[in-house]
Amino acid sequence: MELEDFLKEITEGDGVSGYEESIAAAVARAFSPYVAEVRRDNLGNLIIYIKGKGAPAPRIMFCAHMDEIGFIVTSITEKGFLRFGTLGGFDLRTLPGQEVTIHGKEKYPGVIGRLPPHLRKGEKEKKAPELEDLFIDTGLFPEAVRAGIEVGAVVAIRRDMIALRHRCRAGKAFDDRAGVAVLWQCARELSRMEHEADVYLVATVQEEVGVRGAVVSTYGLAPDLGVAVDVCHGDFPGALEHEVSPLGKGPVITSGPNIHPRLYERLLAVASDYKLPHGKDVSPGPTGTDARAIQVSREGIPAALLSVPLRYMHTSVELLDLDDMKGAGRLLAFFAAGVDRAFVEELTCF
Amino acid sequence: MFLRELSELPGVSGNEGRVRDFIREKLSAWGIRHDCDALGNLYAYKGDGATGAALNLMLAAHMDEVGLMVSAIEKSGHLRFYKVGGIDEQFLVSCPVYVGNAGIPGVIGAKAVHLQKKEERGKPLEVDNLYIDIGAKDKDDAAKVIKVGDYVSFAARAATFADTFKGKALDNRAGCAALLEILQRDFPGSFTAVFTVQEEIGSRGARAAAYRLNPRMALVVETTIAADLPDVEEKDQVTLLGKGPAFTLQDDSLIVHPRILERLMAVAQGKGIPCQFRRFTGSFTDGGSISQTREGVPTGVISTPCRYLHGPASLLCLDDWRNLVEVVDGFIDSVMAKGL
Repeated sequence: MELEDFLKEITEGDGVSGYEESIAAAVARAFSPYVAEVRRDNLGNLIIYIKGKGAPAPRIMFCAHMDEIGFIVTSITEKGFLRFGTLGGFDLRTLPGQEVTIHGKEKYPGVIGRLPPHLRKGEKEKKAPELEDLFIDTGLFPEAVRAGIEVGAVVAIRRDMIALRHRCRAGKAFDDRAGVAVLWQCARELSRMEHEADVYLVATVQEEVGVRGAVVSTYGLAPDLGVAVDVCHGDFPGALEHEVSPLGKGPVITSGPNIHPRLYERLLAVASDYKLPHGKDVSPGPTGTDARAIQVSREGIPAALLSVPLRYMHTSVELLDLDDMKGAGRLLAFFAAGVDRAFVEELTCF
Repeated sequence: MFLRELSELPGVSGNEGRVRDFIREKLSAWGIRHDCDALGNLYAYKGDGATGAALNLMLAAHMDEVGLMVSAIEKSGHLRFYKVGGIDEQFLVSCPVYVGNAGIPGVIGAKAVHLQKKEERGKPLEVDNLYIDIGAKDKDDAAKVIKVGDYVSFAARAATFADTFKGKALDNRAGCAALLEILQRDFPGSFTAVFTVQEEIGSRGARAAAYRLNPRMALVVETTIAADLPDVEEKDQVTLLGKGPAFTLQDDSLIVHPRILERLMAVAQGKGIPCQFRRFTGSFTDGGSISQTREGVPTGVISTPCRYLHGPASLLCLDDWRNLVEVVDGFIDSVMAKGL
C-alpha cells in the first residue's frame, strides 16, 4: 500500500466527530504492520506505539485528528425529508447538491436539497442558504425513511477521491485524515530507523467540535513533547498572501505562543539538514489545532505544529499535493530519530 | 434502458458529440435508418417511411445538458468559466467537473469558511468569484491540457436510490432514453425521432430539425421541475415525483395544442396510467420552436418530473419514466390509428 492508497481508503470512509469507530478500525489495520501496539483510549483516540531504544526513552507524541465535519438528523418531515444540524463548521453555501451517506439502520445514500431557482426569487435570491433552507432527500418513500432512519442518525458527505494533475488530489475529510496519513508515512520511515525515543502516534477524535480528543490523549500519555499534524490553508486566487501557503513546496512549520521555540527551531534544522522543502507560518494565539490542547495539558507540554497546505478547507473538494504529505512524514521521522534525553531536558531551560 | 450511460456522458450544449455517438451506435445496431443535419441533430427514421407517412409525426428529445465553458486561464493555473445554459449556480461549489474533450478532472472550490468575513458568508457565491482547479502548477502547465473554449460538465456517477434514479443531465437524457426505448418497439406506421442539439441555450437545434422534417404534428419528450419539497406550498410544487408523467399546458414558449393535450390525457386514462399537469407557466422547451416553424406545427410536451434539475445530482422516479414511455407509445398508436 502506498500513501495515496491509504489516503484514498481513509477519506472515502466516514468518521464524523464523535462517531469515528469505523474509520478508527481502518486506520488501525493500516498501521499494525509497522508498530508495536495499537489501542483505543476512553474517548476513542487511537494510540499507536513505536518502541525506542533509549533506557529510559524520551516520550514523543505526534497526533492528527481522524474526525471529519458532518451532520446529524434533527427531524424527519411528513414526506420523509431529513432536517439536520451540523457537527463542525460548514459553509452552508457549499452544500446544495452534495451527496451524503446517512448512517441509519443501514447506510442510505442521499442528496442535500434546496428549492429550485424559481422559488428563491426576491430576498432569498440575494442571501446564502440557512440551515432551515436545506434538507436531505433520500429518494425513499416516507414509510421507508421512517423504518430505516431515526432522529440522531449521523450523516457524512460522500465523495470519492479525485486524482488531479501531477500529485494533486481532491476529496473530503483531508482535514485531517491527510494528517493521519502523514503519521502513517512517519511510522513507515521510522520502521527503517534507529531511534532513542518511544513514539506515540495518535489519531485523535472530536477535534472539529472543540479539540477534545487531544486533551485526554495528551493527559493519558504524558509525553515529553507533542507535535500536532494538521492542514493549513493552501493558496488560491484572491487569497491574502499571509493567510495561505503554496502547494507542492513542502509542509509548513508554525511558530507563535502555542509553539515551543526550541521545537520550532529543531523542526526547521531537521528540514534544512535533510534538504526537505518546507514553509513557515506564524500563529499569533492558540492555534485551531490539537497543539492548542497539548500545550496546556498536565503541567504544560512543549508543543509544535506541522501542517500540510490544503485548498478549499471544509468542502468536499479539499485539495492537496501528495508530496507535501510525504515530506511531512519524513520530516517527522527524522525529527523523532534526533530526539534524545538531553534534548528533552533542555526544553524546560528558559 | 440506457439512462445510466446517457446520464454519465458529457454533452454540454454545442458539444453533444459523445451523446450523439452513443445513440447512433444503438440505432445502427438495431438497423434503424438515421442521419444528421448541419447543426448536429440526429434523426432516427422508424418504419418503412411509407406506411403512415402522411401523418409525418416528429418526436423530439434534446441531447444537450447545461454546463460551463472555460473563459480564461489564470496565472496560477486556475480556470475561469462562463455558464452554458441555465445551470443552477447553487450547485457549482464543492463540485467535481470534467474539462474539455479529454475529460481532465477538476474541482470548483470555495474560500475556506475560516477565511471568510461574516458579510461574505451571508451572500451567495457568484460565478465571477469561482474557478476550476485542475491541480496545475501555473498557467503554462494548465495550457498543456486545457484551452479557452473547452466545455465543462459535471463529473457525477448515476445511481439508483430504491425506486429513484440519481444522476446529472437527467434533463434531458431521460427524454433521450425514453425515445430509445420507443424506437425498439413496433408500431403500425412510420415516424421520426429527433435527438436535438442546443435546447438549453434557446432551443436552437429543434428549430432547424422541424424545418427540415416539416412534420404534421410533434411531441416533445422532456424533463421538468419537481418542487415537491419541504415548505413548498402545493400550488408551487410544479410536479410531484411518483405521480406519473407531466403534461404541459403552457410555458413561456408554447401553448400546447388542445387536441394533442386531450389525446395524451385520453391515452393515459385508457391505459390506467397516473399523470399530472405541469403547474407552472415559466421556462421553455423545444416545443416552442417546433410549433412556430414554417406554417406552424401542432405540438405537445410530456415530461418526467425531476428534482434538483440542472445540477449534479438530480432525482427522478423510475415509475414516472416508465409510465411516460407507455403514454408516448400509446399516443403514437392512437394518432396512427385515427389521426388527431
